[in-house]
Formats: sequence, structure tokens, C-alpha cells
Amino acid sequence: MNYLNKYTRQQIWDFLAEIPDPEIPVITIVDLGVLREIEILPKKVIITITPTYSGCPAMKLFEDEIKKKLHTEGIENVELKMVYSPAWTTDWINDAALEKLKNYGIAPPVKGSEDKGVLFKNGPKVVQCPQCGSNETELKSQFGSTACKALYQCKDCLEPFDYFKCI
Amino acid sequence: MTQQDALINYCLRLGDTSLILGQRMAEWTSNGPTLEEDIALTNISLDLFGQARTFLTYAGEVEGKGRTEDDFAYHRNEREFYNTLLSERPNGHFGDTIARNFLHAAFLYHLYSALTKSKDDKIAALASKSLKEVTYHLRHSSEWIVRLGDGTVESHQKIQDSINDLWMFTGDLFVMNEVDELLIKEGIAANLNEIKKLWDNTVNEVLQRATLKRPIDGFMQKGRLEGRHAECLGHLLAEMQFLPRAYPDATW
Repeated sequence: MNYLNKYTRQQIWDFLAEIPDPEIPVITIVDLGVLREIEILPKKVIITITPTYSGCPAMKLFEDEIKKKLHTEGIENVELKMVYSPAWTTDWINDAALEKLKNYGIAPPVKGSEDKGVLFKNGPKVVQCPQCGSNETELKSQFGSTACKALYQCKDCLEPFDYFKCI
Repeated sequence: MTQQDALINYCLRLGDTSLILGQRMAEWTSNGPTLEEDIALTNISLDLFGQARTFLTYAGEVEGKGRTEDDFAYHRNEREFYNTLLSERPNGHFGDTIARNFLHAAFLYHLYSALTKSKDDKIAALASKSLKEVTYHLRHSSEWIVRLGDGTVESHQKIQDSINDLWMFTGDLFVMNEVDELLIKEGIAANLNEIKKLWDNTVNEVLQRATLKRPIDGFMQKGRLEGRHAECLGHLLAEMQFLPRAYPDATW
């Protein structure tokens, strides 16, 4: 079999767009921007991914899921490549996914607000509460339930919520 | 010494430092003073382990003898580790941990910032990635230094004591040898004399804000470059390495 004749890049991209994030199942690895590149060779398909955070425990699962998915689609020989440059940024999360995050109860990263201040700056000014839409929210902890999230609380509805950190 | 040997050693220094500090932070799991802090400390640990894995894996690639991140982490003895003496200091109380993390995060922040311009593409890429994470670590510990230093009489005294006790391990962060010399010439490594100036500025700024006194430089412990460590590293490794050494055929 020659993969070049059998599959297009878009087809493989679409296969992988069905793999959900294990922690946030409403978004996929394509939504997140973790999937960087697909290269089809006659006897092999090379998938390039990048980690969100260095220690993100989901990366191993992503690799397994990518292989599993492509195997079920008839692609046996899959090579996974991990790249670190350019470093992943929340700006790569697509707009549809930002909306999905919000509906799921996670405040999406405030685009373009990458927080480069090192000392004593507490992230973006306004993070909207995903529950009631209020702008009156406060940071409780820079480190939330996973590496990529911070913990906020809404001052109006009092609900605590996760904010997807902008990096 | 060849450039390859120097690069392996340089990657081990970076990887070991993150690994050992990460293991220390993991010791806080379920022991944090509040739930939010418990999560913060272990999140920092996770970042550090991630960074350690990438640098140790790269050390193995450069060496080209098939050694993996696990081989480096679990099958080397104490004298073969090149982590900073500061990273291995025991956690002590929460203030001791915060003081250690602060002094260390300020170092890693400026080091990784410089390494983003390394002529070794892999080091530059890993440094850019790590920098984003270390920025959060530095902010977390800086805010606590200010809160504790500018807090109650008791918290002020405790965090000042923590800084004073750790100060003698900060000189070791900036010591260089022929590895640095060779790699600086190639544009791969950072000049730690430059990092020291930036570190001084950050440390001074935060201590001042926290109404704390910067200790006077006295005797400085050294040994990182030769793999000479304090007794506490042996105990840390005994715990960390026990399983893969007791059960060599165990897999992840």
C-alpha cells in the first residue's frame, strides 16, 4: 500500500480532529493547536505535535490516541514527532474552541493578553465569569486544577471557576 | 573536552536541577498549607519534571549511546548529578520552601531568558518553553515573599531566617568551569556572570518590597560542577530511585 495515493493531508487532519482533550473533552487536539504538521510518505505518516506545558500529562495519551485513531483508519505505520519550537501559545486555540470552553464552564484565555509581566502582575484585567457573564471576578490562585488553568471566583454569583491561562 | 562532552554535561545540569527541585516540590503533595497552595506547589513540580524530561532526553540524544531520561534519572549515583546545591535543600517549613523556590526561580528565569538565544536550536526551543512556566513560578514565590516579609512580626522573622539560611547556597548557582567557557564561545551557553547581575536586581527588588534584608555574602558552599552534594541529596535519591532499582524490569 502507498499512503500517498490513499490519503490526503486534509483527510488525516479530519481523523485527528475527532480526538478530544482528556481533561476538557469538548475540545480536540486540533482545536488546541497541539497538532502541528502532517507529512505523508509512501510507507509512513509522520505526525508532528507540540506540548502545551512541558509536564502536561495528557501528551502521552495524545500520542496513544493518535496512533489508535490512525490504526483504525488503516494507517499502520505512524511516526510521532515532538517539537518545542515555536513554543505552544494559547493564541493557537481557534475561536470555535474558545466558545466551546466558555459553554463548558471554563473561562477562555483572553486573547492577546499574554501576560509577560514577571513580578506582581496578576494576569489579564478582566476575566468574564462563564456562569453569569459578570466581569467582577478575582484571581484566587495562579495554579488551578491542571497546569493550564488558574482558579478564579465570581464576585457576583460567587461561583469559583477555571480560567484557561494565557501563555 | 569535546563540544559534545560539554553539551551533555550542560544538559545534565539543566535537567538534574529541574528534576531534583521537582522531586522536592512533589514532597509537598497533600501536605500544602491550604488546598490552593497544595495544588500550586504540585503544579510547579509537574512543570519542573516536564522540563527535566526534555533536557535529560536531549542529553541522551547528544550522547548517542541510547541512554534515556529514565536511565539518567534512576541509574546514576549522587556524585553523577549536576543539580544546583540550592535545588536539593530540604523543604523545611512553607517559608523555607518559598525562599528556596524564589531564589531559584529568579535564577532559572534569567538563565532561560538568555538561553532562548542559544545557537543550539534545541536548547533555545526548550528554554523558550520552560521560560513561560518559570515566569509563573517566579511570580508565585515573589508574591509569597512579599506577603510573608511584609506580614506579621512572626512571618517576617521566619522568612528572613529562611533567606539567611539558604544564602550560602546561592554562590554555587553562578560558578562556571571549562564546560561553560567552551559553550559560551560557541554561543550555546549563557554567561553566568551576566545572569548574576540580573538575579541580583530581581532579588533586591523583591526583598526590598518585602521589607526584608539581603544577607551579606559570606562563605559560599560550592560543588555542583563536580557533583559534590549535601547529605540530603542521597536521601532524596534513595526514595526517588528505589522502585526502578529494586524492580529493574518495571515499566511505566
